[in-house]
Amino acid sequence: MTTSAPLGDDLDNDLARIFRAESGRILALLMMQTPNVELAEDALHDAFLNAAEQWPNSGLPRSTTAWLLTVARRRLIDRCRKESHRSANTTLLAIQDTMPESNETSEEAAPIPDERLRLIFVCCHPALAEPSRIALTLKTLCGLSVREIARAFLTSEVTMNQRLTRAKRKIRNAGIAYEVPEGDALSERLSSVLAVVYLIYNESYSAYEGHKLSRTHLAEEAIRLARILHKLLPRPDVSGLLALLLLNHAREPARSSDSQAFIPLESQDRMLWDQVLIKEGTSLLLATMSQGRPDSYQLQAAISALHAMALEWATTDWLQIQELYALLYQLKPSPVVALNQAVACASSGNLEGAYARLMELEIELSGYQPFYAARADLSAKLGKHIQSLRDYDMALSLTNNSAERDFLLSKRKYTENLLGPKL
Amino acid sequence: MQFLALIYNTEGSEDVDMPTLMEQYGAFGQAGGQAGVILGGNALQPVSTATCVALRDGKTLITDGPFAETKEQLGGYYLLECKDLDAALSWAGKIPTARYGRIEVRPIMVFDA
Repeated sequence: MTTSAPLGDDLDNDLARIFRAESGRILALLMMQTPNVELAEDALHDAFLNAAEQWPNSGLPRSTTAWLLTVARRRLIDRCRKESHRSANTTLLAIQDTMPESNETSEEAAPIPDERLRLIFVCCHPALAEPSRIALTLKTLCGLSVREIARAFLTSEVTMNQRLTRAKRKIRNAGIAYEVPEGDALSERLSSVLAVVYLIYNESYSAYEGHKLSRTHLAEEAIRLARILHKLLPRPDVSGLLALLLLNHAREPARSSDSQAFIPLESQDRMLWDQVLIKEGTSLLLATMSQGRPDSYQLQAAISALHAMALEWATTDWLQIQELYALLYQLKPSPVVALNQAVACASSGNLEGAYARLMELEIELSGYQPFYAARADLSAKLGKHIQSLRDYDMALSLTNNSAERDFLLSKRKYTENLLGPKL
Repeated sequence: MQFLALIYNTEGSEDVDMPTLMEQYGAFGQAGGQAGVILGGNALQPVSTATCVALRDGKTLITDGPFAETKEQLGGYYLLECKDLDAALSWAGKIPTARYGRIEVRPIMVFDA
């Protein structure tokens, strides 16, 4: 927030960095004065344009946040003046009431409150469609551009723009309150917020066609959001999610290489795992789990922590992982959890038991790519090569991720070679 | 602000008998009235009584039946006064029909004076 460093050679980069770091906080404060997200965003944009004009000559202000906030508030008033309807006029009065007397856009002495929590709760309101919640959160809190978000979700900029505009209109018109819910409502609404952060992280795994850079980008945004949430709302459910993301992200450097776009856990070079993240995630998780019954994020984080602790694949504590999946299944009886439990069962050496469980899940998981990939792998290990090839073909037909496709093709080829001249 | 809570359900899908349901609606109405939330509301006659009217090329067209032939039909409404959507959704969730039907909540449009 406070820097006195001179602008670097690359002004655009500096501004972009400041924008990404501060836009969410400033937008959150502007939103306290207007229910109109578009208007607030425009005012914020104006302030950054002013900064781009003035800072190269004047140097960075002592508090960039205070400078940008003051200018943005003033631009918001200008923009509200231009809007003729009544709601904007009452908004205008509210803003003037809270405006500091000073005419200068220099520094304010008072610390600037962090109101991003309100903004997160508005963007993740269950009254908005789920894809809109994700897009809006990335736009307003992470400062991602529409183009970046559209690319991340493999959709066009036009479509993404329409989705965002619809969501902003709904916030303005449907009476969605700009506040952090209290009491029972907090837990309920927080689950929607956490789900959005979790989905953004999950997208980092699946949405991209193996573009490592953009993939890492989304994962880091999810972690940034989880950190903000954790700072502003230190509750066990939030810590559990943050721990989960940190522990999973620790493996990111080992998930691909120059020659391989996708490396499964089993074959990863564990020396590449980020020990700093593992340490942070593990201690956060331990502190959280001592506070009571673990929720689904904490259980998933615990599974991830057990992987992180194992020096090699073979010495992983598969029995405890299976138990954690069993607990997770009690909380969330989904066939996907059962699939993971079966895979852990197979990894612990019980191939037949795992195979039987997979066969039970076939109907529920028909059309789910990871199911066929898992059964193909297990079938090959059990010598059921024909079944394995059939499942690899199914998995291949269900994937649209090039890294995954390459991986499955190489596995299929391996199985085919085992079958040898019989085919 | 004001919200209209539109009560939709499949006719005959009630999960309790009529006298019980009426009692529950009575209790909801009393609670909402005391809280100053319910400004008005009515139950509607069954959808078999619906008639649609439209004016086309200066001619009045009258058709039998509801606007849309869907399984779930509008059965009644409440006009609510709530501070925000969350409060309106919370009250709408207490309408007895929410258990077996669905309540659509829409903010009332405010026009500039």
